[in-house]
Amino acid sequence: MQHRKSVSLGVMLAAAVALPALAQQAPVKIGMVTTLSGPGGYLGQDIRDAFKLAIDMNGGKLGGAPVELVVEDDALKPGQGKQIAEKMLKTDGIKIMTGIVFSNVAGATVPDIVDAGALYVSPNAAPSNFAGKECNENYFVVSWQNDSLHESAGQHATNLGYKKAFILAPNYQAGKDALAGFKRLFKGEVVGEVYTRLDQTDFAPEMAQIRSANPDVVFQFHPGGLGIAFLRQYQQAGLLGKIPMVLAEPSLDATTLKAVGDAALGLSVTAHWNTDFDNASNKAFVEAFTKAYNRVPTYYASQGYDTALAIASALKATGGKADVPALRKALAKADFQSVRGAFKFGPNQHPVQDWYALKVEKGADGAPVLKTSGKVLSNHSDAYAKDCKL
Amino acid sequence: MTLVLEQLLNGLQFGVMLFLLAAGLTLIFGIMGVINLAHGSLYMVGAYAAAFAAAQTGSVIIAILAGLAAAALVGMAMELFVLRRLYARDHLDQVLATFALILIFNQSVTLLFGRQPLFVSVPSMLNGSIQLLPGLTYPIYRLLIIAVGLAVALGLYLLINRTRIGMLVRAGATHREMVRALGVDIRLLYTAVFGLGALLAGLAGLMAGPILAVQVGMGEQILIMTFVVVVIGGVGSIRGAFFGALLVGLVDTVLRAFLPGLLRQVMTGSEADALGAGLASMGIYMLMAVVLLVRPKGLFPANV
Repeated sequence: MQHRKSVSLGVMLAAAVALPALAQQAPVKIGMVTTLSGPGGYLGQDIRDAFKLAIDMNGGKLGGAPVELVVEDDALKPGQGKQIAEKMLKTDGIKIMTGIVFSNVAGATVPDIVDAGALYVSPNAAPSNFAGKECNENYFVVSWQNDSLHESAGQHATNLGYKKAFILAPNYQAGKDALAGFKRLFKGEVVGEVYTRLDQTDFAPEMAQIRSANPDVVFQFHPGGLGIAFLRQYQQAGLLGKIPMVLAEPSLDATTLKAVGDAALGLSVTAHWNTDFDNASNKAFVEAFTKAYNRVPTYYASQGYDTALAIASALKATGGKADVPALRKALAKADFQSVRGAFKFGPNQHPVQDWYALKVEKGADGAPVLKTSGKVLSNHSDAYAKDCKL
Repeated sequence: MTLVLEQLLNGLQFGVMLFLLAAGLTLIFGIMGVINLAHGSLYMVGAYAAAFAAAQTGSVIIAILAGLAAAALVGMAMELFVLRRLYARDHLDQVLATFALILIFNQSVTLLFGRQPLFVSVPSMLNGSIQLLPGLTYPIYRLLIIAVGLAVALGLYLLINRTRIGMLVRAGATHREMVRALGVDIRLLYTAVFGLGALLAGLAGLMAGPILAVQVGMGEQILIMTFVVVVIGGVGSIRGAFFGALLVGLVDTVLRAFLPGLLRQVMTGSEADALGAGLASMGIYMLMAVVLLVRPKGLFPANV
């Protein structure tokens, strides 16, 4: 009895000595819930690959701390995202989460994460309801607030002098945010507003409506495969070249552009990042990404990379400890070199950043590329920041 | 007026695409009693095979043949290795197995082609629109889809009603045991019917390629609508599948195109658009409910 007690005491003592040492060596786990399957799968794939790239470029570390990235596929199902997050939080004890691509998944998943006291850093989705009154100290957005994407497009359409716009988006939260965002800064008249289905791939009825409304400009928000189908059918319906189109970047990323081909020439796009941005961080990123994965990074990839850099800056400040209050404080400073250039967090912990106009032109090899042509908005925050009390 | 006509053409085109899928599904269900959830995967296989062949060879003919052959062969292999073991089992086992096939097909295609959608261009001679009426221009390619769909419908009608194979198919749908008792090689018939169904799904897939994005999961998007068509038309009935498909295609397109506009007359713009979009996407399911209420076996039931 006596003997056993002393043994167990000894073990405890040894464990107590060993634990801090172990804790320093054990990598910080970062949970990534993202969409890897289905038509939207390449979005999550680019976010994941770019995030991994940032870790690999720093020898398996972020901010000097060894990290382990745990990736799971939510398959664009809110329920699945919620389950994965719960498992990561409760079973794996993960304190830093990121990755969600789609707003409907974020809507179901993010509240659980932040309420459980973990940090969530969004590399993409940022629905309006989390940006205003329901903002949370544990919730950061590195990408943009959903509306901003489309506000910039509205401003650009106004700058280009269009008076009558026909606008379309899928019938879900991000689609509604998109049209609301466009209308906020578009000064002209909206002659048609159509909500499509999120699983819709044939837009022939909408093409007919556009033709009969005969607007000055079409604005549409259809991310991923939907956007490809829309643009090609726009061309097949003979509307391309007749009615100009202004888009926000989700409707025309590098992948969409490759699939659409020449049908995209001449389109106006607004974006917060492009491959041709002239800063050191971006050059390093584009070069490393292209080399590692042999494809042009999409802006989703740039956001995945920036998210990794942001988390790295926070981990560096806490000395590699996954201590949420300390991480939060460090993260809010946004002490990293974003690939988009100037970047800081606003009062609701969403970005304050510049927006640019891009034009689709023929590149050196004849394939269409996105060229940055000017600035649309400077130091742009979002419409909901004022409602956030943090 | 031309807008209405154009939307009707759109509805017709969507309808014949649905028909190509529904015809195979209803044959397979009606004759073998198998619920094949993986029918959408055959559509995807057809689209990918055609897209791949087109990218490799640049030939339209080869692309068409590749799409048809791949879908039919994969379909027959599916019947031979998986479904043949399930005929005696209940529907739950069939649903589970064919759902597993969906996952397997989706992951295999992801492994082979990646997650990024493939690009197929419309053959250059079909790329463009023609003027049907003053003020009504319509893409040639979509007209061709309508023509092919109607031709296939006619061909199937003749095949089912005028040939010996068709006779066996009809007999198999109504009196399966009797056909077997009369000494017909029912296994061969099953494989042939399955191959035919798969071929039609592949045809739909390869024709959809240049319009829609060729991507993983494209089959599931259209599969639910296809089931609605089969239920409305009457399970096992080709005629039912044809009229059901045209009905669903037209109703869906017309509701989507005109409901928000009608609602806008009585309420404010954005509310009308949101409500209209919501109601329009429910439309075909409400249609299905009404049809089932009035004719529980569908519009043209096979087993009278």
